[in-house]
Amino acid sequence: MTDQSSGSVLVVGGGISGLTAALEAAEVGKDVFLVEKNPYMGGRVAQLNQYFPKLCPPTCGLEIQFKRIRANRNIRMYNMTTVKSVSGSAGNYEVTCVTAPRYVNNNCTCCGDCVDACADERDNDFNFGMNKSKAIYRPHDMAFPAKYVLDKDACSAETLEAIKGACKYDAIDTDMTEEEFTLNVDSVVWATGWTPYDAEKLENLKVNSSKAIITNMQMERLASPNGPTTGKILRPGDDKEPESFGFVQCAGSRDENHLEYCSYICCMATMKQITYIRERYPEAPIYVFYIDLRTPGKYEKFREKIMADENVHFIKGKVADIVAEEDGGVTMIAENAVTGDKVSQKVDLCVLATGMEPAAKAQAAELGLDVDSSGFIVSNPDAGMISCGCAKKAADVVTCAQSSTAAAMKAIQAGR
Amino acid sequence: MSKVFGTYICSGCGIADAVDMEALVGAASELGFEAKTHDALCSAAGREMIQADVDGGVNTVVVCACSPRVMQQEFNFGDDKITVRANIREGAAWCAEKPSEERDADTVKEFTTEQAADNVRMACTEAKKTELPEPYKLETLNREILVMGGGIAGITAATEAAKAGYKVTIVEKADQIGGKALGWAKQFPTKAPYAELEEPTIGAMIAAVEAHDNISIITGTEVARIGGAPGDFSVTLKPTGTSTEWDAPAKVGVDEQDKIDKGEMEDPNKGYKGYMEENPEAQKFGAVILATGWVPADVSEYEHLGHGSNDKVVTNAEFEKMAKEGKLSGVNSVAFVMSPGGEEHDMDFPYANSVTSMVALKQAKYVRESNPDAKAYVLYQHMRTPGHMELFYKGVQQDDGIFLTKATVTGVEGGTVKAKDTLLGEDLELDVDLVVLAAGMEPTTKHEHSINLAYRQGPAFLDLDLFDGYADSHFICFPYETRRTGVYTCGGVRKAMNMDETIDDATGAALKAIQAMVCADRGVAVHPRSGDATYPEFFFQRCTQCKRCTEECPFGALDDDAKGTPKPNPTRCRRCGTCMGACPERIIGFKNYNIDLVGSMLKSIEVPEDEDDKLRILVFACENDAYPTLDMAAMRKHSVNNLIRVIPVRCLGSVNMAWIRDALSAGMDGALLLGCKYGDDYQCHFVKGSEIATKRMENIGDTLSTLGLEPERCGVRQVAISDYNKVPEVIEEFVEEILELGPNPFKGF
Repeated sequence: MTDQSSGSVLVVGGGISGLTAALEAAEVGKDVFLVEKNPYMGGRVAQLNQYFPKLCPPTCGLEIQFKRIRANRNIRMYNMTTVKSVSGSAGNYEVTCVTAPRYVNNNCTCCGDCVDACADERDNDFNFGMNKSKAIYRPHDMAFPAKYVLDKDACSAETLEAIKGACKYDAIDTDMTEEEFTLNVDSVVWATGWTPYDAEKLENLKVNSSKAIITNMQMERLASPNGPTTGKILRPGDDKEPESFGFVQCAGSRDENHLEYCSYICCMATMKQITYIRERYPEAPIYVFYIDLRTPGKYEKFREKIMADENVHFIKGKVADIVAEEDGGVTMIAENAVTGDKVSQKVDLCVLATGMEPAAKAQAAELGLDVDSSGFIVSNPDAGMISCGCAKKAADVVTCAQSSTAAAMKAIQAGR
Repeated sequence: MSKVFGTYICSGCGIADAVDMEALVGAASELGFEAKTHDALCSAAGREMIQADVDGGVNTVVVCACSPRVMQQEFNFGDDKITVRANIREGAAWCAEKPSEERDADTVKEFTTEQAADNVRMACTEAKKTELPEPYKLETLNREILVMGGGIAGITAATEAAKAGYKVTIVEKADQIGGKALGWAKQFPTKAPYAELEEPTIGAMIAAVEAHDNISIITGTEVARIGGAPGDFSVTLKPTGTSTEWDAPAKVGVDEQDKIDKGEMEDPNKGYKGYMEENPEAQKFGAVILATGWVPADVSEYEHLGHGSNDKVVTNAEFEKMAKEGKLSGVNSVAFVMSPGGEEHDMDFPYANSVTSMVALKQAKYVRESNPDAKAYVLYQHMRTPGHMELFYKGVQQDDGIFLTKATVTGVEGGTVKAKDTLLGEDLELDVDLVVLAAGMEPTTKHEHSINLAYRQGPAFLDLDLFDGYADSHFICFPYETRRTGVYTCGGVRKAMNMDETIDDATGAALKAIQAMVCADRGVAVHPRSGDATYPEFFFQRCTQCKRCTEECPFGALDDDAKGTPKPNPTRCRRCGTCMGACPERIIGFKNYNIDLVGSMLKSIEVPEDEDDKLRILVFACENDAYPTLDMAAMRKHSVNNLIRVIPVRCLGSVNMAWIRDALSAGMDGALLLGCKYGDDYQCHFVKGSEIATKRMENIGDTLSTLGLEPERCGVRQVAISDYNKVPEVIEEFVEEILELGPNPFKGF
């Protein structure tokens, strides 16, 4: 075939966008380095319970992607790895990467004996701190690669000894250190994804005033069979089965004091989460406060079904205040934009539909990338710096897969 | 290849605690496999032990250890060696029952050992039967891409593929390329601060594509038919609007053909060449991109809005033309109506997506730019400006001459627009010079076949009705997947999208087209079994021309000749094995996955003859979802009933009912298929596999009852990959049903 295999590409980020870009390029014959900061691949979507609008589990697609990676020798992947610096120019970049110590080597068979021996715990960041995991842990059921990770700082000296003693395969290496290495590549695909907007910055919504206020990403974890409640939607703190629910749309998005853009997915995410609630609480009233319902195209059908539910109430109006109540619930206060009435609605659990913020916002500028006013990376294929997925713009999974496949194309061209 | 076997059984990860290792060695030995054990096969020492044997001549390695989903690199001893895995860790030791009053620890161990031993037997049998794949190679591979449609999507796809070094031909039905964009007055803003409309770029795009040496452009031309397969498509072109004998034939099913033969129905393909006939004058291509775009929707059906009857009402497409032609000078007030539902619903016009919201904002700016005193009113139910387009919206809001409000438009009479539920707190009656309706963008595939394939399964894409005529993918993670290998869609034909999205989409489609050709060249499958070098082989001497394989292939890979003998097109094939599952003569198989191989595996399961508590239930589990689910259930140390014996399959569609009969004839007591959800929201990676398997199992149930066997002995259950907490219960319930029925009455015969 035409020679595409000259040179190689670095894909930064192993979420759905990075996996897609890496695989699509590798399956044309390109050599790919794939670096991911987490100890596992899959990124943000690995934390989701289901995708809209099909309500299918994201791990279904991830399993296929992982299988494709295992079958492809053109991809070299590095977990717990970040980019430290980039120098050079299109066709000849030198990228310095840093791998944080996992403290578990490749001897790990995933047998789990270490977990039983581990007395110490850590906040489970995969579940947004809603529960704890042992200090030696597999980030989640489908974690790929299937290896444990040790949070050394969370362990006492005795625990470390106990863990080491329990491992029959000599897989625990507490002397591991940070490792730096350099890659020479033609181009870099930035697929660094997004982080949920920090709800604490939304002062009027007072996320810390009540355990009854959670974010939409926390809702995903609550609904997930491998989440902190094994899929039961319970109020954090008191584990109450909520009898009523509220959603605050545009929590941070479309707001010049926070995120000036529309985060694209939150309306459909809420519609989807309403189905999670319905499955578990068939009659519970649900109140959604919104500015516009952005469920365009084929998503309109999904919205139509949700809106046909007479116990789901949509109120056009931005939530101005949330007040913690003594019984553990909260009251949401808003003005109905159509009637002008002030609305106070008490609910047992309130979900903030927080928007997406580009994860590499701060670092991208430091690395000399072209970044827009919101922190998204502007793609510059001619310079061999290509962005895709939510590193490029707020987008749903389908759009991310499209832009990541396009990024793979740009990477292939860059090698010519 | 002459096989030299090496068999290795791992005792690590708790395996030796849960099973009797000697019994496993014994099970292998019965089949002539002398097994070595090791306390950590995946460790350096374990692998060195195996490697030493490989260096000494072993070329077929049987690894009895963890699930085949893990440690693949560790147990890969080279492309010219075969590795077969027996899952005795997740598949037995880790999902073992917990000892209870009913069953003490020794009994549990006995049951778990039997299960692991059967997994060892099956792996040894598989090792005997499997062969190394030999990739299918086309004699000559064509490397040129056909792009259908010369709008923004088509031009982009062509340019991007050309930049990657590929030759491309664009076929455009109009007399010039450029498509809808030729009629645009201005474009949406594409960069910060997203405030100003941009001058059209289509002229520059056309110039670039015309200047590229790798791109040929044929205008005034349509595709009559596409035959062949990736790497070897035969494309017949024709002048736009003409009809030729080479037009793609309509789909004629088995029943319809029957009626035609009996003279009860007119042959729709009379006068056309059959789909197997090859036009000697056809041009050859390696892959196809469908970018035939969209047409403006007809909105005259919304009578209360008056399009077609009220000359003050135009569509957004008509208004764009007015703007392009500079005919807005006398227009002093314009109302833009986004939603046709009145008080019935608040949805946008069909086929709108968010594009029509942005078009309304753009056109409101035209009104203001053409006449600074003019006013524009944008009446929406939900303003849809996703992502950075929000900034464009915000900019428009700054203009005093543009009024934006949520509104329920109840009707248009003359130049008066009536609306309720506005943000102004009162009902509105707006008197305007012109009313613009935000009509949607209908894909060409809604109205015609567009792709015009000369395939056994018909000329059009399937599943179009699931997406209201869009040629879109059903997979969220894999938006480029179509059911026609080597044919990819992009742009307006699959979704109403703006220019930025279209450019990304078309660029991705071009990559997929290249990838399809690269894979055809290497003789391997494309997604989802990327890289698989096996392909279905047919033993034609025994074919009865029943046409089941050609009908059931989810990807239309098989054609057939006049007699009905299938013509495999291996580069169209996705290797799911649905054809193998369909074939009643059992003549279709892959080198490493075929009727004899799986049949022999299940026959190697030891079936106790007179122990009523040791029934045997065969489970075929989809390797993409159900099998990982079982693995994860085991990792969570859930007990899974240990009377089951699991065989992973490529897709439930590949399960041949001969295997079910074999299992029951061998005295097994039940058979369960675990696969993906089907129906409109199907999760099957091969689209139809689980659905087809369910139908087959219903049919075999009927057959069983004629033999005096209960149909309930055969079951199908839908399991998602996230059902690891539920799957033990699903299996338990099925096993309980079988236990109630009692042993297979044919056991021992």
